[in-house]
Amino acid sequence: MSRFDALIGTHIPHLRRYARALTGDAARADDLVQDTLERAWIKFHLWKPTLELRPWLFTIMHNIYVNQIRAAARHDLSAVSTGEDIAQSVRANQSDMLEVGDIAACLSRLPLDQREVLLLVSLEDMNYAQVARILSIPLGTVTSRLARARARLRAMLDGDAAASLKVIK
Amino acid sequence: MSPEQLREADLHAYVDRQLDARRMDEVRELLATMPELARAAQAYDAQKLAVHSAFDPVLQEPLPARFVHRAAAAPGSRWIVVAIGCLALGMALGWWARGERAVDWRPQIAHQAAIAHAVYVPEVRHPVEVTGNEEAHLVRWLSKRLGASVRAPRLTSLGYELLGGRLLPEQGRPSAQFMYQDANGRRLTLYVSTDVQNRETAFRYAREGDLHVFYWIDRTLGYALAGDVGKDQMLRLARVVYEQLNP
Repeated sequence: MSRFDALIGTHIPHLRRYARALTGDAARADDLVQDTLERAWIKFHLWKPTLELRPWLFTIMHNIYVNQIRAAARHDLSAVSTGEDIAQSVRANQSDMLEVGDIAACLSRLPLDQREVLLLVSLEDMNYAQVARILSIPLGTVTSRLARARARLRAMLDGDAAASLKVIK
Repeated sequence: MSPEQLREADLHAYVDRQLDARRMDEVRELLATMPELARAAQAYDAQKLAVHSAFDPVLQEPLPARFVHRAAAAPGSRWIVVAIGCLALGMALGWWARGERAVDWRPQIAHQAAIAHAVYVPEVRHPVEVTGNEEAHLVRWLSKRLGASVRAPRLTSLGYELLGGRLLPEQGRPSAQFMYQDANGRRLTLYVSTDVQNRETAFRYAREGDLHVFYWIDRTLGYALAGDVGKDQMLRLARVVYEQLNP
């Protein structure tokens, strides 16, 4: 076992769980994990032990995913400017499977920037400062996105969103 | 704290248990008087539970073969992965050439450290040449012989005392070994090499038989911490050493 595998191996199941929740699709999530591991592998000489490994890996995954979404959006849409639009493009091919009340489906209907914050905090139990560093956003933005994400999710789970789901579709 | 002072951010920090104990209590008391916000907090708690129950099973799923395969990649294929990765990223040629050299050159330090560890750690009567009681002398002597400022990091916070150190030969150059011991007699060694060819290497890990070796090179000196006290513990120790020597 190489030093890379020894240090990074324990984080793979967590990267995988997060990717699954983020993308809402098992195959796509595993591709994202694979891309993340390969990038980490190449960049491993830049990692220093003063940097925590887990946030470092999640930062890499975030950057790859956002770039993938942007690239996909360039093909699908004429102009992409906000996180909301980006999330919409992902959502389009998933909306057929949506079922209100299903947490995974509701997550996929959150804008990407809110979904990332919600999952890093709620699923990966990271503190707000870590999330701010991973996403390269101010601390205040973390809490405001978290608040918006939770309020939306609550509305969806309470069933208020049944109508808006049809509109989106 | 009055109800007006309860900001939305506090409510979320409360749900995520990211407030200190006193603030947690304050928010809890306040929520008892604010049913609407209390319901929100409850709903957010339920969301967290729902997210965990939906995705935690992923942690138990067997890893796909491609991850495992990559994890078992031989050194040869590793080189290819690095080379292809660099190309794919479209990095500038100069950068790429530098990356390739770094891969070609494999530091011997982890191996040398493991050999020196295996030879001297079992020594009962003469594990070191100069004992830790004479640390100032030891450090002066080794610095002079290695031609560089050498220090013995302090690992007392993790339960290890400096037993002492010795001078060693490595490919016709002087190198040094510091030895540490904990209360149970378990020993670690920190190997210091001058055979580093002006390279720099970030923190790395190597497995040498039963030994875990963490090593790095900072141009003039290379360091390798070797021991068999468990990889996690070794990583903790290595971090402390690294931080003391590379402030």
